[in-house]
Amino acid sequence: MTETSAAPAPPAAPPSGTFTPATRFAVPGRIPVPDEAASAWQTVTLTEIRRETPWASTFRFRAPAWAGHLPGQHLMLRLTAADGYTAQRHYSIASAPDDEGHIELTLDHVDGGEVSGWFHTTAEPGDEIEVRGPLSGFFAWPGDRPALLIGAGSGIVPLMSMVRHHRARGLDVPLRLVVSARGPEELIYARELGAETTRVFTRSAPRGTPVGRLGAAHLAPLLAGPPAGGWEAYVCGSNGFAEHASRLLVAAGQPVDRIRIERFG
Amino acid sequence: MNVTRGFTGRPRVADPGLPPGQYDAGDDWPVLSAEVTPDLAPADWTFRVDGLVRAPRTWNWDEAHALPESVYEGDIHCVTSWSKFGMRFGGVSLDAFLDAVRPEPSATHVVAYSHTGYTTNLPLSDLTGGRAWIAWDHDGRPLPAEHGGPARLLVPHLYFWKSAKWIAGLRLLDHDEPGFWEQNGYHARGNPWEEQRYSGD
Repeated sequence: MTETSAAPAPPAAPPSGTFTPATRFAVPGRIPVPDEAASAWQTVTLTEIRRETPWASTFRFRAPAWAGHLPGQHLMLRLTAADGYTAQRHYSIASAPDDEGHIELTLDHVDGGEVSGWFHTTAEPGDEIEVRGPLSGFFAWPGDRPALLIGAGSGIVPLMSMVRHHRARGLDVPLRLVVSARGPEELIYARELGAETTRVFTRSAPRGTPVGRLGAAHLAPLLAGPPAGGWEAYVCGSNGFAEHASRLLVAAGQPVDRIRIERFG
Repeated sequence: MNVTRGFTGRPRVADPGLPPGQYDAGDDWPVLSAEVTPDLAPADWTFRVDGLVRAPRTWNWDEAHALPESVYEGDIHCVTSWSKFGMRFGGVSLDAFLDAVRPEPSATHVVAYSHTGYTTNLPLSDLTGGRAWIAWDHDGRPLPAEHGGPARLLVPHLYFWKSAKWIAGLRLLDHDEPGFWEQNGYHARGNPWEEQRYSGD
């Protein structure tokens, strides 16, 4: 792995030149984001709540001023209390870009979660909240390269935006999803997942399906015969899962500069 | 002000240490890096300072550890809105490295880059005066790789994306050049007390 060795000393650049680091960044950003959209707060209205699992629900918002997004992008959301106190969090966008005038988020009900707690216990259609975004083009997938998506738990959310985009546009660029959940009842979007998806269950599984952690064997068939141009890998989940999955990918030969990671704590 | 119906938030006391829009992450220390954690051994780690300096230099692990030890005890703030109080990092003040290379008077900005090629830009004045470190210990233990070990930049008065993990070097410039996240929509400076999160803030 060239990324792990000591970098050679970079040559001195003229002061007016553009600086180039000694090594290229493992995963270059390549999708520009309109700064105006990212910096302005806008009000959106909750229109629908859909139960996905006993612990996760999808919240649909009417967002008339939404500038559009790419699958994989996230937004920042803000709740404001009567005394002016605010809480803001980043959330991945679950819906595909073509969902005109609407955006969807899928949120786990986190124990003691200040923001997710409000959504799961208090929110109802008609409520207004504030968002800004879309933010960061780093994890975005415009549908241009073969995509190998690996997620665990609610890490499937930005990946599902990609799957939905792929279907809605009828794209023929290869796309595969590997998703890990503790059991079938915790698999978010279970009814929507199709032949593109490899399901991994870590605690309980339907009869005849093995129980166990994501392993090299799950990835081997996908990485043994990569599509022309190779996979762009997108990994999303807890930090522990992201470390594990990204190391499996590297061990299986996926280049480090073609692995994008979104971690949540 | 757009009050959210039924939202009260956590019980709170005004905490003068918490910048606006931040919450106390408590015992959690989230990992936020966008790339595969590199396997970088201390023996392979180097740190270089060059660009607009009179004496560019590269330090290896032992040479950097021979400099006077300096500890940061205080808070850190991530742009994703968590803060952590009472962190303790051990390492060397960046002043020690900069004094050795003797910056040119024309140097105003820095590009920090990591062994993975990640970059972030800073005004030189944010790295001097005992406000920035090369850190390799956390709570007296080696900094974990996922938090930037064996060594990271530490600029705790700015959002933490400026504290480049797996730090490899600094290039001093006479102008500002956006780094990785700054080219991807984030603010050029990132002062948490002014909520400089995104470009345009």
